[in-house]
Amino acid sequence: MMINFILNGQKVVSTAKANERLLDILRTEFACTGVKCGCKEGECGACSVIIDGKLVNSCMVAMGYVESCTVMTIEGYRKTERFAVLDTSYASVSAVQCGFCTPGMVLASECILAKNPNPTEAEIREGISGNLCRCTGYNAIVQAISIAAKEGKGLW
Amino acid sequence: MENISGSIKKKDHEAKINGSALYVDDHLMDGMLYGRMLHSAKAKARITKIILPELPEGYLIVDKNDVTGVNRVAIIIHDTPVYAEDTVEYVGEPILMVVGPDDQVVETILHKIVVVYEEKIPVLDMLTSDTVFFDYNYTKGDMDKALAEADRVFIETFQTGYQEQAYLETQGLIAYPQDGRMTVRGSMQCPYYVHSAVANAIGCEGKDVQIIQDVTGGGFGGKEAFPSILACQVAVAAKKANKPVKVIFDRREDMEFTSKRHPSLSTYKVAIKNGEITGMDIDVLFNSGAYTTLSAVVLQRGLICANGVYRIDNLRVGGRAVKTNTVPCGAYRGFGAPQTFFAVEMIMDHIAKEMGLDSLELKEKYMVKQGDSTSTSGKYHFHVPLPEMIQRIDELTDYRAKRKQYQQQIGRYRKGIGLSMFFHGCGFTGSGERDIIKAVAKIRKNPDNTVEILASNADIGQGLKTTFCKIVADTLGISYDRVYIDNPDTDRVPDSGPTVASRSLMTVGGLLQRAAEKLKKEWQEGKEQVIEEHFVEPDFVIPFNLKDFSGDAYPTYSWSVNAIEVEVDTLTATTKILGAWGIFDVGVPIDMNIVMGQMEGGFLQGIGYASMEQMDYNAKGIIRNNSFSDYIIPTAVDVPNLVAEIMNNPYTHGPYGAKGAGELPLVGAAPAYVEAMENALGANLNKVPFTPEDVMKILQGVNT
Repeated sequence: MMINFILNGQKVVSTAKANERLLDILRTEFACTGVKCGCKEGECGACSVIIDGKLVNSCMVAMGYVESCTVMTIEGYRKTERFAVLDTSYASVSAVQCGFCTPGMVLASECILAKNPNPTEAEIREGISGNLCRCTGYNAIVQAISIAAKEGKGLW
Repeated sequence: MENISGSIKKKDHEAKINGSALYVDDHLMDGMLYGRMLHSAKAKARITKIILPELPEGYLIVDKNDVTGVNRVAIIIHDTPVYAEDTVEYVGEPILMVVGPDDQVVETILHKIVVVYEEKIPVLDMLTSDTVFFDYNYTKGDMDKALAEADRVFIETFQTGYQEQAYLETQGLIAYPQDGRMTVRGSMQCPYYVHSAVANAIGCEGKDVQIIQDVTGGGFGGKEAFPSILACQVAVAAKKANKPVKVIFDRREDMEFTSKRHPSLSTYKVAIKNGEITGMDIDVLFNSGAYTTLSAVVLQRGLICANGVYRIDNLRVGGRAVKTNTVPCGAYRGFGAPQTFFAVEMIMDHIAKEMGLDSLELKEKYMVKQGDSTSTSGKYHFHVPLPEMIQRIDELTDYRAKRKQYQQQIGRYRKGIGLSMFFHGCGFTGSGERDIIKAVAKIRKNPDNTVEILASNADIGQGLKTTFCKIVADTLGISYDRVYIDNPDTDRVPDSGPTVASRSLMTVGGLLQRAAEKLKKEWQEGKEQVIEEHFVEPDFVIPFNLKDFSGDAYPTYSWSVNAIEVEVDTLTATTKILGAWGIFDVGVPIDMNIVMGQMEGGFLQGIGYASMEQMDYNAKGIIRNNSFSDYIIPTAVDVPNLVAEIMNNPYTHGPYGAKGAGELPLVGAAPAYVEAMENALGANLNKVPFTPEDVMKILQGVNT
């Protein structure tokens, strides 16, 4: 059985078993090492990817589920204009420390803004509450998303 | 704000945000094998037999018999075995490693191994320990006299629990033999610590070992000593297999079996005469776990901070780090200080209540100032900005008024506010920097006039690559883009010491500033030039003597005042944090964003320690809170109103006036939080973490 899905805008076929973790397959078969493994139990959000527009922990997704889905990882997202806005806003407040939560956090930022281009601080905090960061205390990340919302007018 | 403090795009920003930064688990090598550890399932036992399944071709078992050097990990005292010998001393002690080309097959083999144990009765409770690893005592003034003449003596015991570093990237390393040498690379804070440990375990000379730090996903102390242990195990495996071996811990393995903050019990006897505090007699107990690792130095720092920021003329401080059959504790941001600062802040609060004063009033009366003597009869050589900090906190929070307003509340929701004041001694305790570390740092100017920084300190997220480069670029008067630093590789960088103790920027940054000043004078266009600088202790330091804990334990101190405001729901026993404010003096910030990131992040870790991070073992010595489902750390919604402010207080002997920063913000959150809970609940509290379950107990006590 082959599993067909769209990964970062490209049609791909995986030979993985239906019960394998999407996280593992993205990292090994597709070399998407920007998808980080922090806990493998759906608690930390480091392995966040966007499937059909929704933020999910890829460690909790079996390969069988992604048949015919659209999957976006940081490797695809980094080529977008929206990423460029988040890149600049994160840099302006030094919201990246150890970086291990960052790719997931950036994809969470995208999902917050895609749903609501002008989120309140509380909505931003809620939107990243599934992504743990042990370094920053979150303030800089919240600021970065809020700056991106202002600077990225029209993109979201 | 000083010019240097203006923020700049971090050197590591791009690769980390676009996902191209390679952490150890992202590296693949030809013929690489995967290793997984078999950990002891018993807290204390003799291993009588290990029954191995038949191994498929290409798979091997690595254990104590494969250690070609000494089967001990070189930390301070060489007592941690690389692989267990005949006995195991805690649940999780590494017995052997299964190694092979397919990770899942390795896992299957691991589950088929049967270890036959002859169980012994473990010592789990530190109060029943019969082995004292370290025992220190020091005195100042005449404590016996203070007690004899006291008209009142307050006695109380305070308890603090484990805290897990919970860095997002778990422990992981790769070892590979090459041309008769052994290379180990991966997630770590201290490449030269790993270097000595690996040479000792595989039995070779230092020149035959190379250690490379990879991009590291957080450390907080958890990657100070532990990577030395794992490196020995992986290097032994790579040597036996004669192939690269990678070991990446899974989260549960990391939480249960790697070092964490020492649980503590501190008993304070405070002598009072005529309404004045005349002395403190302090006894501190730290649970070291099964091996010594860093307990000696963690305990030293805890004891030195035991009287807090207060001028106490008569002091007797004793402390012991004792052995139990539990996971070895080690370094964690704050390094022994959060435990004793919690205790001293709480006892001051409780004494104040008894005297009919507000705790801040009592604390202000005893607060040290410049020129005062430290606990170890050294000196606070520089300005102590506590009064300005308290004033600022009061402006921000209306602390004094709220504190009164929140007494005697009734109704379902009850508010409280608490305050703590504290310092962090910058750099190594005592003369470690001068006598043991002897840091060396270099800068090299290339013929194309770019400048490379060569130091063994690791950027683990704290922004060291950026701040180091800023110091060198600014001193040389060249653009920041022309200065660069790679992850440390012991083949290329001198030993500028470990990335610990809030020392990297203050101490090694200082060496780099001196080197850059020299290079500026000697600058020759288009030529390669190398400048090397060695650590020199500042002249003002009163030499520290560890025998009697006398002299300057630290050259200088970073200072802080925290306030936390809470609202307790007495129906559900849950607590909402309405605000957390921290004023921090870390000298001149070398980069304001970076320093703010350290302060906010550390402060939130401290609030986690105070309020929710609960970890304990069961009757068999097994840690039960071994995942992010059971060991809860703060998310973005837990403390939405967290405010950090910097108070600029330049340190004359630090680069651009900077001093230690990384650890300070964690140290005082716990007492501020628990004092706020006391204010809300109207009860004296004496433990952290103070969880909803603890609130429930207090509420039930009140009700019955």
